Amino acid sequence: MVDLVAQSSDLGALIRDRGYVMAEYQNIFTRVQVRGPVHMGPALPRGSWARSGKPFYSRFLGLIGDAQVGPIYLGTTGMASLICGFIAIEIIGLNMWASVNWSPIQFIRQLPWLALEPPPPAYGLHIPPLAQGGWWLMAGFFLTTSILLWWVRMYRRAVALGLGTHTAWAFASAIWLYLVLGFIRPLLMGSWAEAVPFGIFPHLDWTAAFSIRYGNLFYNPFHMLSIVFLYGSAVLFAMHGATILAVSRFGGEREVEQITDRGTAAERAALFWRWTMGFNATFESWHRWGWWFAVLCPLVGGIGILLTGTVVDNWYLWGVKHGIAPSYPMVFPHVADPATLSAGGIVK
Amino acid sequence: MSFALRITAGVATVAVAAVLLFQTERPPMDSIQRGFRGTGMEEIYNPRLLAKQVAANQVPATLPFLGDAGPKAGTIYKNVKVLNDVSVGEFTRLMASVTTWVAPTQGCAYCHDTNDMASDALYTKVVSRRMFQMVRHINGDWKTHVAATGVTCYTCHRGQPVPPNVWFNDPGQTQAGGFAQIPAGKNHPAAAAGATALPFDPYTPFLEQNHDIRVVSQTALPTGDRTSIKQTEWTYALMMNFSQALGVNCTYCHSTRSFTDWDQSSPQRATAWYGIRMVRDLNTNFLDPLHSTFPKARLGAEGDSPKVDCATCHNGVYKPLFGVATAKDFPELTAAAP
Repeated sequence: MVDLVAQSSDLGALIRDRGYVMAEYQNIFTRVQVRGPVHMGPALPRGSWARSGKPFYSRFLGLIGDAQVGPIYLGTTGMASLICGFIAIEIIGLNMWASVNWSPIQFIRQLPWLALEPPPPAYGLHIPPLAQGGWWLMAGFFLTTSILLWWVRMYRRAVALGLGTHTAWAFASAIWLYLVLGFIRPLLMGSWAEAVPFGIFPHLDWTAAFSIRYGNLFYNPFHMLSIVFLYGSAVLFAMHGATILAVSRFGGEREVEQITDRGTAAERAALFWRWTMGFNATFESWHRWGWWFAVLCPLVGGIGILLTGTVVDNWYLWGVKHGIAPSYPMVFPHVADPATLSAGGIVK
Repeated sequence: MSFALRITAGVATVAVAAVLLFQTERPPMDSIQRGFRGTGMEEIYNPRLLAKQVAANQVPATLPFLGDAGPKAGTIYKNVKVLNDVSVGEFTRLMASVTTWVAPTQGCAYCHDTNDMASDALYTKVVSRRMFQMVRHINGDWKTHVAATGVTCYTCHRGQPVPPNVWFNDPGQTQAGGFAQIPAGKNHPAAAAGATALPFDPYTPFLEQNHDIRVVSQTALPTGDRTSIKQTEWTYALMMNFSQALGVNCTYCHSTRSFTDWDQSSPQRATAWYGIRMVRDLNTNFLDPLHSTFPKARLGAEGDSPKVDCATCHNGVYKPLFGVATAKDFPELTAAAP
């Protein structure tokens, strides 16, 4: 039994009056909420945990997604991941709280500024005392374990449902960037101090300082590519969402079926873009475009970070050397480095 | 529209309005191009804030300079150690001006025992004697930074006994200690560094001590430069401090293509370079030694003297008092170059 909660009578009236549904998808929120008996999903393979939680419907969540909430499958890797993640957040949060002398008010007020800091450079790759970065290493270990276990869970859930493992590999791309920043590059540099602090503003300050130290990351070609894929992903996402919503009145939301069985939705969408820019993706290739743009963003970004400090020490000078950074006409009179003007640099 | 939707829309509207009203300055802004087009070397000013700033940075009226003739203060008054070569007339003019500049409400008695003007009983008199020497030193020996514009007491004091912008060594807020991570000198709201989470006391290592500010690699490929990102954050904090002290963007001195490259920098960067050395000189040779002269109430949490940084003179303006040359009206405030 399917009940269209969102004004099913309106929908019927529209179809009666005009013979087609108009403007049905031109809304900010999802208008159609399909409700039937809640279902627990297909049978699980042997050896799996049971799915937990009694499913229910939420009208509010139905505005942005499926109205049915639950059940959830936790499983061994899911539970282990949550426990490791909890330990990491505890270590980070308690150290942050200690840094405001256990004041709950200051903890909330200063939270965006607080951080758990990696060890000082003097420790190199040695294990530092807890108070001097040991907590950071421990939090990093548990957070990394948690993320990797979540990846395994994601992979195994996909297999259990008979899906391809595309989502897991896309997630692996993000994990790659995370590992480069916090583990692989610090290993190559021989210093945990090179890694990122755990903190909201501090990790952003770290990012800016990283670019400054290594002579402007904008001249790093892999950073350039990463930006292309980041912004490109946003553009592709907007084009795709808009196209599918625009042709959904012709059944365009059945995208996967229309890969092989093109209907008027697929034809019109294709024609629209072919008229607009002379070329169009297909209902299949489109999803490969989206997947690769999203995956390549952290993938090439990670390569760019990995090369910084290990292979290239100043990206601007590297850019000058390889003809990437142009020179501009001098506008100011020549400025000499005062430190080079006299012994000791002190000129009164 | 459902009830939940209305509530959500209402909350979102209030949140967006709050952000717009309280976090942003309304356009239009003025932008002044300084470097070559396309390099982003421009200064952005809010004309409404600028108008207020101009009003707040006016030089007070100066008593007319009547020449430096007549008997010298050192021969007429007792216990005159710095200004003894100044004529009595000019000496009196200077004292009257200093009162306006530093202690307009407190008057002469802020520094002097009015029963015995020559007495050094008040600490303020001992400090101000040292400050006269400091001003002479700045105007006479640090022309690389102050040029012919120079400074007077008013440049910093602005009619207040303690200049509005001074700093103390900042050990940071109390932390729990024990097994928890030790203080890193950062990761708290840093008023000295543009409210970032960067190091909150960039003054001590760079403007009192002599730590190296330069962190950017000088070679395209690695050649053994081990400068860390953490160290870079200290320099970054100092630069943020300069930016807010002078009310300018990074690009006032630097081309952001390459912060380190002098060939692409504006001449102001060299002026600032001398300014850093000047401030270090003033803090270590004039202000630090006064810590035993100041009463406890004037000292910082670490028992240190109040010290100067860029903002002490600049007060958020690219040139103090918008570049009005004030020292020329008081020739006795410039020591003859050695």
